[in-house]
Amino acid sequence: MVVVKLLLEITDLAVEVNEKEILSDIDLYIEKGETHVLLGPNGTGKSTLFMSILGFPKYKITRGEILFKGKDITHLSTTERVKMGIGVSFQNPPAIRGVRLKDLLRIEDEKKSVETGEKDLRPELMDITRKMKFDESFIERDVNLGFSGGEVKRSEILQLLAQKPDFTMFDEPDSGVDIENVELIAQEINTLLDKDKKPGLRERSGLLITHLGYILNFVGANTAHVLMDGKIACSGDPTEILEDIRKEGFKGCVECCETH
Amino acid sequence: MLRNTLERAEKAKKKPAALGGDVDIEEFEQEEEGEHEKIESLQDLPKSYKDTVLKVGVDPTEQGRAGSFMQIDQSGVCSNCSSESIELMNMKDAFKKHSWLSDYMWNAVPVDADKYTAETELRNSNGYFIRALPGAKETFPIQACMFIGDKNVAQTAHNIIIAEENAELNIITGCSTGADVNSAMHVGVSEFYLKKGAKITFTMVHNWAEQVEVRPRTGIIMGDDSTYISNYILTSPVKGVQTYPTAYCQGKNSKAVFQSILGGQKNSVLDQGSRAYLTGKNSSAEMVTRAVSRDESQIYTRGHLAGKSQDVKGHLECMGLVLSDDSMIYSVPELEGSATNLELSHEAAVGKIAEEEVLYLMSRGLTEEEAASMIVRGFLSMDIKGLPPKLAAETKRMIDMSTRGM
Ligand SMILES: Nc1ncnc2c1ncn2[C@@H]1O[C@H](COP(=O)(O)OP(=O)(O)O)[C@@H](O)[C@H]1O
Ligand SMILES: [Mg+2]
Repeated sequence: MVVVKLLLEITDLAVEVNEKEILSDIDLYIEKGETHVLLGPNGTGKSTLFMSILGFPKYKITRGEILFKGKDITHLSTTERVKMGIGVSFQNPPAIRGVRLKDLLRIEDEKKSVETGEKDLRPELMDITRKMKFDESFIERDVNLGFSGGEVKRSEILQLLAQKPDFTMFDEPDSGVDIENVELIAQEINTLLDKDKKPGLRERSGLLITHLGYILNFVGANTAHVLMDGKIACSGDPTEILEDIRKEGFKGCVECCETH
Repeated sequence: MLRNTLERAEKAKKKPAALGGDVDIEEFEQEEEGEHEKIESLQDLPKSYKDTVLKVGVDPTEQGRAGSFMQIDQSGVCSNCSSESIELMNMKDAFKKHSWLSDYMWNAVPVDADKYTAETELRNSNGYFIRALPGAKETFPIQACMFIGDKNVAQTAHNIIIAEENAELNIITGCSTGADVNSAMHVGVSEFYLKKGAKITFTMVHNWAEQVEVRPRTGIIMGDDSTYISNYILTSPVKGVQTYPTAYCQGKNSKAVFQSILGGQKNSVLDQGSRAYLTGKNSSAEMVTRAVSRDESQIYTRGHLAGKSQDVKGHLECMGLVLSDDSMIYSVPELEGSATNLELSHEAAVGKIAEEEVLYLMSRGLTEEEAASMIVRGFLSMDIKGLPPKLAAETKRMIDMSTRGM
C-alpha cells in the first residue's frame, strides 16, 4: 500500500496577472506535517503564489498544475479548495462593513447545525478568542474595520483556529505586528501546524511567507524557498538559508545557491 | 375651518403627487368602516394574520408592548393600552374625547398636498390617535398595525401622534397584507407633534404584496429640545412606494433623525426621501439610508436639508449597492443653506459589491452566493441609533430577519 504523504504538489506552475507573467517554473512539494517557508524581497511574487494556490480568479494559471490531497485543484474555485482543507491568513484583508468578526468565527458551526438559533460562540471558541487577546465586544466589531495592524493579523489567526484547516498558508503574518504579539501569533501558528506533536505524528502542514524572517525565531520550518523574480531560486535548510540572507542579502544567497 | 378643509380637499382631488407614479384611486374598492369585526386584543386574530403581522414587528401576544392598535382596511379593529401615561385609540373615538383634536388636523401635512391627502380627508378616514401625556416615560413601545385584508382595497388612514412636554414615546408600526391580497393601495397620513422636550421614536416596517401601491404622507412638527427618530425598513417586493416625510424643526435644539433600510426586489419602485426644515436655532437633522437593488427594481433615495437659520446642522448619507444590471439606484441629495453659520453636508456612494470582500469570505469557505448575501445583509444592517436598549435589540433582530431574503 502506498501512503500518500504529499499534501500539496505544485508542478511547473506559471501564473499571469493582468496578462503579465509573474511566476514561472514553480515546483513545490509539501508533505503532511511539514512546514515550508517562502522568503524573498518585496514584489517577487510571494503573494501571487499564495493567491494562485488559493484560486483567486485574477491569478491565471497558464501552465502546470496544483494537486492537493492527490486531487487536481488547478481549476477549482476558492470555496471548493477551502472546503477541501486549505486555510489562509491574508497580508492585507479587506474590511467589510456590517459583517462582524463573530459572524466569520461562526461559519464552521453554522454549516454543521444550520439555524440552531444559537447566537453566541461555543465556549471553546470563546476560549480561543480570549487566547488571541480579544474580548466579547471586540468580536462584535465589523471585521478588519479600523483594526490595528496587529489586530488584523491576530484576527486572521483566530479565524484559522476556528476553521482548523489541514493546510494553512500565512502571508506575512508578522508584518506590522509588535514583538510581543509576534510571539503570540507564532505560538498559534505552531498550534495550527501540529508543532506540539512529535515530527512523525504531525498531520497538518503549512506555507509561511515572510520577507522579514523574524517570525522564524519562533516557528520551526522543514524547508525554506527563496523566490526571486517569480522563480524559486533556492531551496534548502531554513537556518542555513536565513544565515546566508542575513549575511549576503537575497542576491548573495541566490548566487550561493547557484554555485552549489 | 372644516368647510375650508373640505373645500381644499375637493379642489385637490385630482392633483397628482409631485413624485412617484400616478395611481388611479378609483380603480380600487372603497370599503366602509365596520366591515371587519372588533377584537379585544391581537391575540384574537386568526393564526394566518398573526404570522403575517409578526413579520413586521407587531407582536400578537402583545408582550412587552404598552398598547396595540390595528386597522384592517378601513376598520379600526383593535386598540388597547395598558399605560397610564399614553392614550391610544381610533381617531373616531379620539374626536369624541378631545374637542381640540381638530386643531391638530392637517397642520403637519397639507390637506391639498396631492390627491392622496385629499382622498384621505374626503373619505373621512379612520386611523390611530396616540398621545403621550406630559412627562410620560414609557419605555415599552406602542405597536400599530395597518393591515389590508381584502383584495383590491384602497386603505386610507389619518393618524395623529402627540408627545406632550417632556414625554417619551416609542412606536412600532407594521404594515402588511393578507395572504390572498395581491393588488391594493394604502394611503396613510401621519402627523406628529412634539412639544417641548419630547422624544418620539417611530420604527416602521413595511411588508406589502407585490401589486400594492403605497403613498404615506408624513409631517413632523417639533418644539424646543424635542427629538424625533424615524426608522424605516422595507425589503420585500411591492409595486410602488412613494413617501417623503418632512420634519419641521422649529424648536430650538430640536433634532430629527431618519434611518432607512431599503431593499428593492422584483419590479418594485421605491421612492423614499426625508426632508428637514431647520428653522429653530441650533436645530439639527441626520439622515442615513442604505439601499440595495436587485432584479428589476428601481430605488430613488432622496434627502433634502434646508438650513433656514443660524447655527443649524444637517448631515445626509446614502449608500447604495446595485446588485443587478436591470435595477437602479438614483440618489438625490439636496442641501439648501439660506442663513450664515450653518453646516450642511452629504455623502453618497452607489456601487457594486466589492469582489475583494466576496473573495475574502470565500476564503473562509462560503460559496460566492453565500458571501454576497452576507455582505449585503451586513451592508443593510446599520446600527440604529436612539432606541431604548431592548427596542434596539428587537429592531436589530427585525432588520436581520427582513434582510435575510435579500
Ligand atoms: N493584482 C495585481 N495587479 C497587477 N500586478 C500585480 C498584482 N498583484 C501582484 N502584481 C505584481 O506582481 C508582482 C509580484 O507581487 P507580489 O506577489 O505581491 O509580491 P510579494 O508578495 O513577493 O511582495 C509585482 O510586480 C506586483 O506589482
Ligand atoms: Mg506580498
